[in-house]
Amino acid sequence: MLETTTALAATSLETKLRIDGVSMVFSRDERTVRVLDNVSMEARQGEFVCILGPSGCGKSTLLNIVGGFVRPTSGDVQIDGEPVRGPDPRRIFVFQERGLFPWLTVEGNVGFGLFNLSSDEKRERIAHYVKLVGLEGFEHAYPRELSGGMKQRVEVARALAVNPDMLLLDEPFGALDSITRLDMRRELLRIWQAERKTILFVTHDIEESVQLADRVVVMSARPAEIRRTLEIYMPHPRDISSRRYLELRDCILEEIGLAKIV
Amino acid sequence: MKRWEHFVWPLAAVAASLAAWQLGVWWTGAHIFPSPTDVQHGLAHLAHKGVLLRYIGGSLGRVGMGYVLGVTCGIPLGVVLGWYPAANTTVNPAVQMLRPISPLAWIPLAIVWFGIGNFAAIFLIFVGSFFPVVVSTANGVRNIPDVFLRAGSNFGLSQVGLLKRVVFPAALPQIIVGLRISLGVAWLVVVAAEMIAVDSGLGYLIIDSRNAGKRYDLVVAGMLLIGLIGLALDTGMRRLERLKSVRWGFRHE
Repeated sequence: MLETTTALAATSLETKLRIDGVSMVFSRDERTVRVLDNVSMEARQGEFVCILGPSGCGKSTLLNIVGGFVRPTSGDVQIDGEPVRGPDPRRIFVFQERGLFPWLTVEGNVGFGLFNLSSDEKRERIAHYVKLVGLEGFEHAYPRELSGGMKQRVEVARALAVNPDMLLLDEPFGALDSITRLDMRRELLRIWQAERKTILFVTHDIEESVQLADRVVVMSARPAEIRRTLEIYMPHPRDISSRRYLELRDCILEEIGLAKIV
Repeated sequence: MKRWEHFVWPLAAVAASLAAWQLGVWWTGAHIFPSPTDVQHGLAHLAHKGVLLRYIGGSLGRVGMGYVLGVTCGIPLGVVLGWYPAANTTVNPAVQMLRPISPLAWIPLAIVWFGIGNFAAIFLIFVGSFFPVVVSTANGVRNIPDVFLRAGSNFGLSQVGLLKRVVFPAALPQIIVGLRISLGVAWLVVVAAEMIAVDSGLGYLIIDSRNAGKRYDLVVAGMLLIGLIGLALDTGMRRLERLKSVRWGFRHE
């Protein structure tokens, strides 16, 4: 049985993020482009929410708005009841591995946001997160010496090291090959289960969203609005050949209007 | 290429050039243009008189002072121009107008302001070093990928923190390119500056050797020294590019 609205039994979890009627219009020269159209959604504490939509639909813009890098044309975003005014270390954005600073080693990158800690604490924290993402031994390597998957892990470690409340991931595995992607999804879930942050994960990959998320927000093409929200009631680890998984996936395929035959 | 080949081939080319030079002088029976052996004798003579090191030191000292001045003024201005679009719009036209003026064109003014002597030469070297550094630094700052700035502000850095921990390291490869070009210009300028404004140094050696006795062997000796030292300076600067924290900005084999 599939739920399609947000009524979850454990509503004791507080709302972490509230997006209220957000619209975004970009104007350049004479043309205006409406990228987001009256988007409203919520995320609860510790939830893994996927924002799914075709490329260019505006989901990255939505994530940037939540991150405080872009001001919406209308509507507002609240995190923990406070309106979002700008970037904040309590919600760290994970870019597609190109956000790593090439002049710093893995250690330097992971420790980048830790300027308020003593050097002992800093060292401990860095060691903990380097280990968590499975990159022990590579502390002194530079990003150019790492593979795409490794660089992505460093970015995640760097984000987690400052102990944010939320992680915002913008198609983080987009530049990786499909095999590495499967690995990375497993890794991300493992890390998420170790430190239950609220995660907003933007992707265009239907399978990815069903494999990872507690809830999938399906967006239309530009101007993006929410077509449907799907609760994924599946415990981890998820069997991707189980009936339940396939049902959920097919539901989304139908929603987007894609046939199941290639 | 094997390791030894990196040394052997250039040396062979130099040896061949020297041989060709010597042969050329013999063949044409030139009186004025010196042969390599003449040059070598001239150099030995200068070294014997204790003047060689003094001249080299003089030139290097002037370059050092003018260059350091140019760089310490140029980098901050470059950062400001690269970071604040308003500053760039205001100041850039002036910079672009002054830049093509050869430092040598400043010689008359330099002499009027500083008289004949070291300060005039140092001022000329400063002018030559200043502009490449400003332009490269501004470009380096302006071309920083947005991602880095977003990531930096995401972690809660203030403007100053951002400039120190993201902007400067990210722009550093470009800044170093500017430093290398500037040093080359500085070394070019010092020779010309010494010809006019000072009475010691390698530039002075060249003009004085010709004027006070048509000693073309010393003229060519001076030129060779200038070339060798210039090469050494440039090689040293290129070493800077191989530093770990900057290497990412350059493509190496």
